[in-house]
Amino acid sequence: MVQGRIHSFESLGAVDGPGVRFVVFMQGCSLQCKYCQNRDTWDLHAGNVYTVEEIVQKVLKYKNYITPNGGVTISGGEPLLQLTFLSELLRALKKEGLHTAVDTSGCFSLTDKIKEVIDLADLFLLDIKCINDEKCIDLTSVSNQNELQFARYLNSIGKPMWIRQVLVPGYTDDEQDLKELKKFIDSLSSVQKVEILPYHDLGKFKWQELDLNYPLEGVRTANAEDVKRAKQILGIN
Amino acid sequence: MEFKQWDGFDKTGEWTKEIDVRGFIQANYTPYEGDDSFLAGATERTKKLWDKVLKLYEKERENGVLDVDTKTPSGVDRYEAGYLDKDLEQIVGFQTDAPLKRAIMPNGGIKIVEKSCESYGYHVDEEVDYIYNHLRRTHNDGVFAVYTPDIRAARSSHLITGLPDGYGRGRIIGDYRRVALYGVDVLIAEKKQELDILNVDEFTEEVIREREEIHDQIIALEDLKKMAAKYGFDISVPAQNAKEAIQWLYFAYLGAVKDQNGAAMSLGRTSTFLDIYIERDMKNGSLTEEEAQELMDHFVMKLRMIRFLRAPEYNELFSGDPVWVTESVGGMGVDGRTLVTKNSYRMLHTLTTLGPAPEPNLTVLWSKNLPEGFKKFTSKISIQTSSIQYENDDLMRVTLGDDYGIACCVSAMKIGKQMQFFGARANLAKTLLYAINGGRDEKTGKQITPKFAPITSEYLDYDEVMDKFDNMMEYVAKIYIKALNAIHYMHDKYSYEALEMALHDKEILRTMACGIAGLSVVADSLSAIKYAKVKVIRDETGLAYDYEVEGDFPKYGNDDDRVDQIAVDIVKSFLRKLQKHQTYRNSKHTLSILTITSNVVYGKATGNTPDGRRAGEPFGPGANPLHGRDTNGAVAVMNTIAKLPYEYSEDGISYTFSITPGTLGKDLETQEKNLVSLLDGYFKQTGHHINVNVFDRALLEDAMEHPEKYPQLTVRVSGYAVNFIKLTREQQLDVINRTIQEKF
Repeated sequence: MVQGRIHSFESLGAVDGPGVRFVVFMQGCSLQCKYCQNRDTWDLHAGNVYTVEEIVQKVLKYKNYITPNGGVTISGGEPLLQLTFLSELLRALKKEGLHTAVDTSGCFSLTDKIKEVIDLADLFLLDIKCINDEKCIDLTSVSNQNELQFARYLNSIGKPMWIRQVLVPGYTDDEQDLKELKKFIDSLSSVQKVEILPYHDLGKFKWQELDLNYPLEGVRTANAEDVKRAKQILGIN
Repeated sequence: MEFKQWDGFDKTGEWTKEIDVRGFIQANYTPYEGDDSFLAGATERTKKLWDKVLKLYEKERENGVLDVDTKTPSGVDRYEAGYLDKDLEQIVGFQTDAPLKRAIMPNGGIKIVEKSCESYGYHVDEEVDYIYNHLRRTHNDGVFAVYTPDIRAARSSHLITGLPDGYGRGRIIGDYRRVALYGVDVLIAEKKQELDILNVDEFTEEVIREREEIHDQIIALEDLKKMAAKYGFDISVPAQNAKEAIQWLYFAYLGAVKDQNGAAMSLGRTSTFLDIYIERDMKNGSLTEEEAQELMDHFVMKLRMIRFLRAPEYNELFSGDPVWVTESVGGMGVDGRTLVTKNSYRMLHTLTTLGPAPEPNLTVLWSKNLPEGFKKFTSKISIQTSSIQYENDDLMRVTLGDDYGIACCVSAMKIGKQMQFFGARANLAKTLLYAINGGRDEKTGKQITPKFAPITSEYLDYDEVMDKFDNMMEYVAKIYIKALNAIHYMHDKYSYEALEMALHDKEILRTMACGIAGLSVVADSLSAIKYAKVKVIRDETGLAYDYEVEGDFPKYGNDDDRVDQIAVDIVKSFLRKLQKHQTYRNSKHTLSILTITSNVVYGKATGNTPDGRRAGEPFGPGANPLHGRDTNGAVAVMNTIAKLPYEYSEDGISYTFSITPGTLGKDLETQEKNLVSLLDGYFKQTGHHINVNVFDRALLEDAMEHPEKYPQLTVRVSGYAVNFIKLTREQQLDVINRTIQEKF
């Protein structure tokens, strides 16, 4: 049986995809986002090991709450780093008739295995780190070219996606960048929802617990005004 | 029977031939599957009137009570008419001759009346005092005349707690709708027939008692007519329109709360019944939506002004001056049609037109088949007001049909066909400590039960503890039923609810409603003993007064079968032990897992427990886990509680759930939908009851410091709602510290 490294579970979440959802946080991430609120999910070898079957059993305890309007969201970490496990898990959840969403950065080249996973999931929650590539590299250590390509591919096969933009004052809130982002989003027809996630520092303690410097020390958190402004630029509610 | 007031009603069925309110509803109501867009706002009259009420509330808060009539022992017809503003009030009637003026009801007990008066600076009239101290025995005196030493000991050590031996038992719902539908004269004629049935050759004690009761019921009905006449209404005949139907129904309820200071004086299931009259009036053009809402608003305003005179100790148990004017709304019919009508919406809409309030205790009977629009509407009102509780109609309809109502918080009963003998609760956490200490009290060292062999080992052994706990539960069950039999015998004898019972059938089901306090503490303690190591700390006399837990153990409230099953077993086992004992009037043994706010008081009276809970710390309310023990989120708690078997706890299983708005979703629409999913999920999981609070911790903290800013802030607590600023500081802290879910 395939096993996966899991950081943690949230028995139900209401902010990661449609409806009430069981959330699986997978362990391991290859990006180094400065605003990461789950710094403890980066290490590829940490976390606990579970089989697909074990996770499905956990999920089924909550079936009454997550059907028919919600489902299961696989988040992380970066779920696409454990491809074999992820496709097995999605297959098993599908068999139980559950709606699945994958929360990913999309920073991957489109291999056959990736495409297989894309086919299996019902929805992608795609974090556009920053539409401005220079800033994106500074913020995450990786170029945004792969993720934009990922989004275009989802669009080309009509796969539903939600686009999410973490709003970090001074980093991702530039008016020109947001306008660029809007242009990009407008070019995609399978986008069902665009969400602004205001940057907060509630995950700061996790960096401190690991004896690491917090990269966004001194950067203020995004407030309601910031969100309102960004939404206006993006033309969303 | 034939009345012109019934013109336009469908006469199908038996309801015109005999008293059959359900039959009338089924033949005449209009199910509503739409949304809330038809609702109207508050009228000018309503706003003016409510403003006056708020001003009176403010004055009332200064002294705790606005006024007391210390001279006139209350009864159905002891007071002159009273008004708030005769020109504005569409629905009239107060318990005394003035709004919020409290009456004395010494049939329950004169000492309590004296104490209550004195604590607010009043004195009972000398003559009343003399009569009830020397000439007329009260319920309270009757009980203490027969209590045995073992009952007294169990009571004063808080092994059995909150017993209704010093206050009215309540939890009886008269079928107040009968007065509106049939008029009082038909009801009197029916009662006379019942007397005739009881004209038998074998004139046994039972027959004699019943004849006397029906005799009193007839007098109460006559008094009810006289009381209504003082307000200028003749309720001997049926109501002829919506306004009269509400007024007649309210008079019937008012008669009950003039007569009895019961621990819960619930209203029943009236909205859909009243909808039939409203629909008829609208059809013939005599009533508009605005006017219909106004009638409901004025009715609810009156319900919000019901007051009882109670002692401070009582308020400590049941905080916030509650009456439990519980109204059950919604649900499904056995024929598959929903019982939701437009008036179900209007009733809940009063939380918007008049603002949030703890009373009436609005209870939505939830079914997975409820119309989606109604589900969304209730969810919205919950998010905005935190003033609704939900109970599982799909679970209750199986045994209770589709015309039951909730008394108090969670106690379901068929309206007019069933009543209960309220029995408060046994403290099972203390029972466990007594099992370990051989019946000595862990705080005083006194021998409370007969001497059992205590546990003497250094570490607790699960099998040994279970064996002794089983014996101790056996003992507690025996004393408990003894006490309840005495209480209800005397309540019937000295403080019989003649009017409420006049609005019942002759043949009724009586339940002996026992209860459990401290369930989660016992489950966790036994789990600690089983899965970790628990070391006993004893004093020089061998009394175990503290415990050291070594290692971790599964905790109740995390959807972990290892401990949840222990809780399930305790519930089953305790009910079976109660069932071994003969009950007063052959009432049926039932059980509830409900503490209201008394979890604080019970916790205070209970020493350190083997789960690591410190002496004096509150228990979890109702079936909730102990504060902070649930670490897997709210739905794990829901799953744990849904495992408790309703079949063994038919008097209700209460769960209080508090969540921040942000956790439910990012915007109101998402929040509404997600709350619906949660409720659907919990009830499919066979959960019985849930209180839903949606607020941020910061709001409550601010309300503690600045109560004047939050006159109507309402919080749901174990089966009812309270006005937050009326709670004691200790209770406020308990509410705040109780897990407010910031994750599921």
